[in-house]
Amino acid sequence: MELDFRTRLLPWLAVLAWIFGILLALMLIANADFGEAVSGFFNGAFGGRNLAYLMTTLSRATLIVGMALAVMISFRAGLFNIGGEGQLVVGGLVAALVGIYLPGPGWLVIIAGIVAAMAAGGLWAVLAGMMQLYVGVPLLIGSLLLNYPARYLASYFVSYPFRDVASGLPQTHLVPDAVWLPLFPGTRLDMGVLFIVVVAILAIIYSSSTVPGYRARMNGLAPEFTRASGLPVKRIVLQTLLLSGAIAGLVGALAVYGLHHRFTDGMLVQPLYAWVGIIAVLLVGMVPWAVPISGFFFAAIQTGAAGMERTADVPKEIGLIMQAVIILFVAGRISGVNLAGREDDNGH
Amino acid sequence: MGIDLLLDPAFLQSVPRFLTPILLAALGGAICERAGVFNIALEGFILVGAFCAVLGSYLFGSPWWGALTAIAGGVVMGLLFAEFSLRRKGDAIVVSIALNLLAAGVTVYLLRAIFGVSGAFRDPGIKGFSGIDIPLLRDIPVLGPLLNGQSALFYFAVIAAFALQWFFAHHRLGLRLRAAGENPTGLASGGVSVQGVRLWALVLCGALCGLAGAQLSIANVNLFVENMSAGRGWIAVVAVLLTRGRPLYVLFIALLFGFVDSLSFRIQGVGLPQQFTDVMPYLATLIVLIGLSAWRKSKTA
Repeated sequence: MELDFRTRLLPWLAVLAWIFGILLALMLIANADFGEAVSGFFNGAFGGRNLAYLMTTLSRATLIVGMALAVMISFRAGLFNIGGEGQLVVGGLVAALVGIYLPGPGWLVIIAGIVAAMAAGGLWAVLAGMMQLYVGVPLLIGSLLLNYPARYLASYFVSYPFRDVASGLPQTHLVPDAVWLPLFPGTRLDMGVLFIVVVAILAIIYSSSTVPGYRARMNGLAPEFTRASGLPVKRIVLQTLLLSGAIAGLVGALAVYGLHHRFTDGMLVQPLYAWVGIIAVLLVGMVPWAVPISGFFFAAIQTGAAGMERTADVPKEIGLIMQAVIILFVAGRISGVNLAGREDDNGH
Repeated sequence: MGIDLLLDPAFLQSVPRFLTPILLAALGGAICERAGVFNIALEGFILVGAFCAVLGSYLFGSPWWGALTAIAGGVVMGLLFAEFSLRRKGDAIVVSIALNLLAAGVTVYLLRAIFGVSGAFRDPGIKGFSGIDIPLLRDIPVLGPLLNGQSALFYFAVIAAFALQWFFAHHRLGLRLRAAGENPTGLASGGVSVQGVRLWALVLCGALCGLAGAQLSIANVNLFVENMSAGRGWIAVVAVLLTRGRPLYVLFIALLFGFVDSLSFRIQGVGLPQQFTDVMPYLATLIVLIGLSAWRKSKTA
């Protein structure tokens, strides 16, 4: 027992020591006061006046956890949809356009916009799935390459036909006030987080105790067996991707109706939401109930890093570096993740 | 806009500039591919190379030092990949995604911490590569003027493609490297460390990707911009995938993508929105990928 405890704990302590050492080195480069940086980190992640920064963390966690759930659904089915960014962007763009141009009561526009955004994101993912099924383009590469057309398409739309020229930036007009997601009383946190809580609960139930979720998981663990069992593999693939892309599209809609109230060029790409979502899922080895916790943890690292920048003048990219380093050290210890191993020699 | 553009010497002379980063990175990827390492972190490797090239050139006042620093930066990335994927047995895709994020973070962090700027770093102290005038090449009709006067990295990249082709086919170490990808068990039973071979593949890949970054930051322009690699690493990944790591095919694909890249750059001036021209290399990559995949699928069916 004693020995078991030691052999299990020591590698983790070594990892922590490494991470701490790297942090220290980065701060030395930036000439920062260590104590100030640490207090700035915790204040930025969980503090602030009236917990304002904690609300920022929750707001960011909403988007990251949402993207993480989208990734989880597809990864568990053995589908390496790393095109979450494109699906997020088309969702956000469609939501913004519906919000601005669809007349009607606010709540109805929100619902219509969310449905349209989910459809757009879902179809963008299905497109990558069809490229794999019918043409033989590996999903990993196909989904990723589709990020770029999505990004430039959105960029074109908000720079030319739907631009708010008066604002001076490549962005759409604001959506009307009625289409803004309400805030929790006394805070600056919008209700978008509730959508993600519901999606998280549904995604966890879907993954762990429904027939379609089980089939998707089976396809992830043993694709040959799934095919041999006579299950409709093509349908499982496309349905899973539709679901995964739809969640990403929903996150885009929440970012528009809750956080930004308009679509600005690059607003969903620059913060790397989709990529942080991916590593949040990988951190916990794709275990559904742990994904929201992991997403919140990564959101806290980012807002904490922003706090460090405010107090100790450490560039906030230290957060991104830490996230990457954590994943690198955990990569060899993640059980149940074997992405590249299932690639055959031709990469699909 | 039309056929006269395609025959315009100024346009054709810009093709090698755009082809070089893709070619160097894809050759690096090809080495990994043949050694059985699934490396999709080329984007991050290039980005680190581009940053280090500017750093080295700025500190030591010469593009050659910039190129060496870029190689060093790329090699460090290769060693990180080896450490976490070979030694610590991390999944190659997971490690790749993490390294791409690490590169994005580290380059911006150091840009702000060392130079105190964000966004872009320009400085007269950054010395870039200028074109080399090669007398024999200059005198070749038609092709001469197009190929002459490019950066040293371009000539190196083309030579590297041919050298690698020979290396894989005839050299003892090249055969060993291929065995690490095609028959690792056999190689191990011959008493050769597969891990060791793959480590060297990653080091070489890092060096080539570092140079790809150097072409971007101290040959094509003389500055570093955040996220400068802008997807070229992924285009290189596709080039590797399509050619299955055969260097001369890689050269051909890089020529194709480099051509589209320079075309898109060229027609920015004719009134098309920039987004339309920016997306061209990616659409071309998608189209080629779909076309070739479909053709392969039909052959095997």
